Amino acid sequence: MSQEFIEDHSQGGSSEDDSGTYDEWIPSFCTRFGHEYFCQVPTEFIEDDFNMTSLPQEVPHYRKALDLILDLEAMSDEELDEEEAEQVGQNGSEGKTQLVNRSIAEHAAEQLYGLIHARYILTKPGLQAMAEKFDHKEFGTCPRYYCGGMQLLPCGLSDTVGKHTVRLYCPSCQDLYLPQSSRHLCLEGAFWGTSFPGVFLKHFKELEEYVERKSKESYELKVFGFRINDAAVSGPRMKWLRQYPGTEEEWQELADCEFEIPRTFDSST
Amino acid sequence: MANETVDVELASAERTRPSDDSKRNDDDDAMGGVTDSSEYVEMWIDLFLGRKGHEYFCDVDPEYITDRFNLINLQKTVSKFTQVVQYIVDELDEFVLEGMSHARLEQLESDARKFYGLIHARYIITVKGLSKMLTKYKSADFGRCPRVYCNCQPLLPVGLHDVPGIDCVKLYCPSCEDLYIPKSSRHSTIDGAYFGTSFPGMFLQAFPEMVPDHPVKRYVPRIFGFELHKQAQLARWQELQRLKLVAKLGEENLNALNRGGYKK
Repeated sequence: MSQEFIEDHSQGGSSEDDSGTYDEWIPSFCTRFGHEYFCQVPTEFIEDDFNMTSLPQEVPHYRKALDLILDLEAMSDEELDEEEAEQVGQNGSEGKTQLVNRSIAEHAAEQLYGLIHARYILTKPGLQAMAEKFDHKEFGTCPRYYCGGMQLLPCGLSDTVGKHTVRLYCPSCQDLYLPQSSRHLCLEGAFWGTSFPGVFLKHFKELEEYVERKSKESYELKVFGFRINDAAVSGPRMKWLRQYPGTEEEWQELADCEFEIPRTFDSST
Repeated sequence: MANETVDVELASAERTRPSDDSKRNDDDDAMGGVTDSSEYVEMWIDLFLGRKGHEYFCDVDPEYITDRFNLINLQKTVSKFTQVVQYIVDELDEFVLEGMSHARLEQLESDARKFYGLIHARYIITVKGLSKMLTKYKSADFGRCPRVYCNCQPLLPVGLHDVPGIDCVKLYCPSCEDLYIPKSSRHSTIDGAYFGTSFPGMFLQAFPEMVPDHPVKRYVPRIFGFELHKQAQLARWQELQRLKLVAKLGEENLNALNRGGYKK
């Protein structure tokens, strides 16, 4: 029942849907509540077998899931229903397994789409689609005060499904945050992949330049206007996290850190 | 937990209101509708704390509010200062209230809120206030740090100015020592001066056992497993700054404090 509602809703949302006879799976998936981070992968990308390399081994019920995503199943749907009805007539339990299969296929389709999505957003049109979402602040803005509402980028901590949920990367403070809304907290991180923020930053050079020009303010805890001593328990310990080289000396230091931290400051000191 | 008590308070507050005013109850949350104060038995402070979005405030003792010494320099912030104080602690004469015009009552209500906020900023850095805020901090009433490596560290409210009307409240994370914007918009409209600039500092000085160990782990963007050079270089330099600080303080000193060191 709920599925019907979602599909109806999607039809109202996507006006370019000209066929009108059935709802396409991809738009309905992407417009679902909580799926705001997903962009729509064109069917041509999915139909290209090269892009699907190694996915059949990773996703269970691959063929069924793929058919579902590409709406190839829609034609045979009624036949399937008839078959099901017959089976229910003959044997109740078998009909049930059919239904179960359907939800399994739906789940597999979501997983497959997520993994395709992770690949697609690294391509040029994919990056473009994500950039549009980025500009519209659809991934949210950085909760850090001094980042001044910088847009975030979705990011996974692992490329295998089921390990970590999605995180958000702020290009300004170069840190990771949890999504603010609980409906995004349970999204699978692998559907965006570990490489996405990096590729995005390298593709849109102007973003990096913009971030470099931003002011590098950071907060310092004070009591009645006085700083807290370094040696105190509550003294500043995390200044380094938001620190940027300012003086000539520090820039030299940064250059020395090109490949490793200079030996003089090993953990032994 | 906190939300439940708030709901209960709200409900009881509504019950005590006269029935002819029931239509107004709907828009109470948006504006100060509690002008029909002559009827309720509920304390003004409890009503104030029960309001949606006021979860960050703790209750200030009426004795603290009525002590003139604590109100030094606050007289000028509101008009009819004595009346406002009486109104907050529910000692204002009913005749006076009944004689007031609607506009005057609204003015009184908004003055009372502002005044309560400013007293609140003073109260929470006293011994009693700090311990009340500790309970709230422990139940994470101020929210948790959104930074991934801070592991949901509870936050502390802080203002950037001690003068009201400049900026809204911010949240300080004792773990990454950074400043965050409240998640919910109903909290980001609260004035920062109602908590003051010194509160987190005082809090951590008063309860050093609440200072968490700071996370060292950080994120460097990678492409197919390879770190982005520029970002990685900066991260290395920042790590160098940290090592310098550790060397300056002395690792044994850091460990001797037991708290406020770095996570292993």
